[in-house]
Amino acid sequence: MPSDHKTGLRWSNWNLLLVVPLLMLITPWFNIDEPRIFGLPFFYWYQFAFVPLGVLCVGLVYVKTKDKPVVTGKPDKLGVDDLDEGAN
Amino acid sequence: MQWTELIVFSVLFLLVTVMGFVAARWQKGSTLEHLDEWGLGGRKFGSWITWFLVGGDLYTAYTFVAVPALMFGAGATGFFALPYTVILYPIVFLPLVRMWSVSRVHGYVTPADFVKGRYGSHWLALLVAITGIVATMPYIALQLVGLEAVLRSMGLNGGGILGHLPLFIAFVILALYTYQSGLRAPALIAFVKDILIYIVILVAIVYLPSKFGGWGEIFNDAQAKFDATPAKTDGILLNSNNQLQYATLALGSALALFIYPHSLTGILASRGRNVIKRNMVALPAYSLVLGLLALLGYVAISAGTKPIVNQATGRPDTNTIVPELFGANFPSWFAGVAFAAIGIGALVPAAIMSIAAANLWTRNVYKEYIKKHATPAEEAKQAKLASLVVKFGAVAFIVFVDPQFSIDLQLIGGVMILQTLPAVAIALYTRWFHVYGLVAGWIGGMGYGMWLLYNIGNPAINKAHFAGSALPLGKLSLFGWHPFGASTVQIYVGIVALTVNLLVAVIVTLIAKKAKVFNGTDQTDPSDYHVDEDSPRVKPVAAH
Repeated sequence: MPSDHKTGLRWSNWNLLLVVPLLMLITPWFNIDEPRIFGLPFFYWYQFAFVPLGVLCVGLVYVKTKDKPVVTGKPDKLGVDDLDEGAN
Repeated sequence: MQWTELIVFSVLFLLVTVMGFVAARWQKGSTLEHLDEWGLGGRKFGSWITWFLVGGDLYTAYTFVAVPALMFGAGATGFFALPYTVILYPIVFLPLVRMWSVSRVHGYVTPADFVKGRYGSHWLALLVAITGIVATMPYIALQLVGLEAVLRSMGLNGGGILGHLPLFIAFVILALYTYQSGLRAPALIAFVKDILIYIVILVAIVYLPSKFGGWGEIFNDAQAKFDATPAKTDGILLNSNNQLQYATLALGSALALFIYPHSLTGILASRGRNVIKRNMVALPAYSLVLGLLALLGYVAISAGTKPIVNQATGRPDTNTIVPELFGANFPSWFAGVAFAAIGIGALVPAAIMSIAAANLWTRNVYKEYIKKHATPAEEAKQAKLASLVVKFGAVAFIVFVDPQFSIDLQLIGGVMILQTLPAVAIALYTRWFHVYGLVAGWIGGMGYGMWLLYNIGNPAINKAHFAGSALPLGKLSLFGWHPFGASTVQIYVGIVALTVNLLVAVIVTLIAKKAKVFNGTDQTDPSDYHVDEDSPRVKPVAAH
């Protein structure tokens, strides 16, 4: 993943998954009674189904874009010679 | 008087009171005399604590009584709470971690702190802080409405000022342990609150429908009730006029939620970026509960539940629907548990909100304008006092002013807080907007939004102003020009006001840039927005 240090923005295409749950705002797609499941009209169970879908989308983005730690806590691997390059 | 309920409620209330005071010593830092500690719990909460804390903070007692009440009264429109809390997390997932990182590097405690750092303008920060405080105050008052709904259902339904005494006592206790323990108190209590809520909802959702003939029967009963009313706006489905309102209200509420200061308090108190990200994945568990709870509004229709008359106002209070449903259909002891869940559910957000408002006051008004060189200990002292003032202000609001006024104000508060979105949320990504543009946009959006809300009336309940947030597009006018003709399709006012805000902000920004007006100094660096807990760049907690 290239990160643009000038703007301080990091982009991953996985982030596009975050748009998927917004589809539940398109009410004409689900503003109907039938089919019912366990007596729940389509309007209700369709929207309930978006809860796990939302979790899945956000979860995938989390797993796929995990930040590489900026500082690993280990000492710098650069050798002394490399650090002193300018001195020679 | 319902004694069994009252005793169970009191025992659980006593338990959380003890926890509230003990919390001061829980995960103790070096000192409580610092806002990082008192106001943000030491900035070290892990995934579990954050889940309970933020969950307890966002899904408030008021939500738990008001959403089913709305479903009971109006039907499908009340279900917007589910899409609202589903789209919320994907929307805020990325901006919140940026907010956490930049706040951690610079030691910001409030959203207004960030705005000040980003734009170098304490005036813009003041605008954001005041908006935050004003929008949060009625929200706290509404928690009292939730608490009072269960108290009145338990028979503590006295008239006059004395009728508010139980509420007053509960709030004095809350005020005292928040004063002492700060954010640690609601964080610890949230465990009890959320576990109780989960138990109650799961039992209710399994047990109650079977008692009233199953979901199919319940939805049919609801449909029959709505068909019988003269109102055309209710029903178990949306109609052609309120679909846009449904979607924009869900979207607007989702955009607003995490710019409310109390939500950010919960986020800034967490340990690191991964804690926040994991929570964005796990918090929808509460949304599921909220959706199920909303359906209890329909169960109440089947059960023939009647809202009780509030002796203090003399009107039936629909917010008592869920408590009444529980009271009539559960054994007394379990009804007591359910009431405690809602009652304690009011305390957690009320505590966090008062802390957030106190932080704003202390950091962005007191330290900025009254005592510039306040020490961290003086800041903490000031915030503790402010939290008391805020809470008693909220109680006074409920006791001396009609609770309906708080509900109206909360509605207005949502529209107001949205007007800080460009300064708080967009600024996390870009400094393209000019500080003058942001101020002008705030004024434009706020003014237009308030004017629209003022003009929304509802003849059915005899209210000429502030009767709701659904605006028919036909009423939308720009200096007398009606771009949507006489359309009766409704839209959420907050989204309209935010659009105006952004338009004004863009225009003024373009002008200010053309005129080369100085745009403040940015204290933050692009890399600040990615810093995580293990970075040496994070500011030490509670450093003097």
